[in-house]
Amino acid sequence: MNLAEGVQIVSFGLLAVMMIGTALGVVLFSNIVYSAFLLGGVFTSMAGMYLLLNADFVAAAQLLIYVGSVNVLILFAIMLVNKREDFAKAGNTTFRQLLTALVGVGLFALLGTMILSTPWPVSSGSITGGASPVEAIGQHFFTDFLLPFELASVLLLIAMIGAIILARRDFYQDDVPSATTSPMLTLPERSRETVGALSSSEKKS
Amino acid sequence: MQLQLEYFLLLAAALFCIGIYGLVTSRNAVRVLMSIELLLNAVNLNLIAFSNFIDPETIKGQVFTVFVITVAAAEAAVGLAIILAIYRNRDTVDMEQFNLLKW
Repeated sequence: MNLAEGVQIVSFGLLAVMMIGTALGVVLFSNIVYSAFLLGGVFTSMAGMYLLLNADFVAAAQLLIYVGSVNVLILFAIMLVNKREDFAKAGNTTFRQLLTALVGVGLFALLGTMILSTPWPVSSGSITGGASPVEAIGQHFFTDFLLPFELASVLLLIAMIGAIILARRDFYQDDVPSATTSPMLTLPERSRETVGALSSSEKKS
Repeated sequence: MQLQLEYFLLLAAALFCIGIYGLVTSRNAVRVLMSIELLLNAVNLNLIAFSNFIDPETIKGQVFTVFVITVAAAEAAVGLAIILAIYRNRDTVDMEQFNLLKW
């Protein structure tokens, strides 16, 4: 990144404050919709960090995949389970949160001392010897990381099919028309009204 | 003064600890998934920082980050589908109520 060093430091500070603040917001807000939007802030500031670290391709991928799809997916899930519920009281909530915060701070202290005491072998070479990072990543994908790259596509296919099967509404066996009378062109699934009727009748009983 | 590797590593450690806190304390199942995304992002920041400061000639860390992003996207899709299925089944997203397998 050919920015002046002062600009790099200032933008790092801004991005760091934004990242930590929004991450704390994700964890601490009681309204989950705020959390989901703040998660987009975390992902965006993370993309800025990647730009500071000379990883422009990964920054673009981060923006496209995380902000563009994962965050939207999470918002959709929140809207699908849009039930305002006050969670039943569990015992010792403040004690649990204090204990977890203590563990988190302790873990951070441990990692921090490890980071500061390790002599990192920082290299002074220029990035990818002057070639474009995108070109270097493509070279890696189609030479020495070819097998994981292909496996990633299989994984995405499996995840897509699995998500569809898991999230589809289950169907009544007797509602399915027999295949001999008419060709079945729709996915057999329980309609919305019957789901609502079922849950309300369950509440009555 | 110049950007050091340690700054990024400390920031990633802080983000990881926040993610751990959210993972353990949150009652809403969707928020647990968000915390997992925070954890994965912290790891990605580590990978990119190492690839920039220690291995700038062959940027293998960026390749790994792309794989991690792929797996995270798949995980988010399947995880949210599972949460949706649990919600249809139990009519709640409270983690304390998901105790069918608890003895």
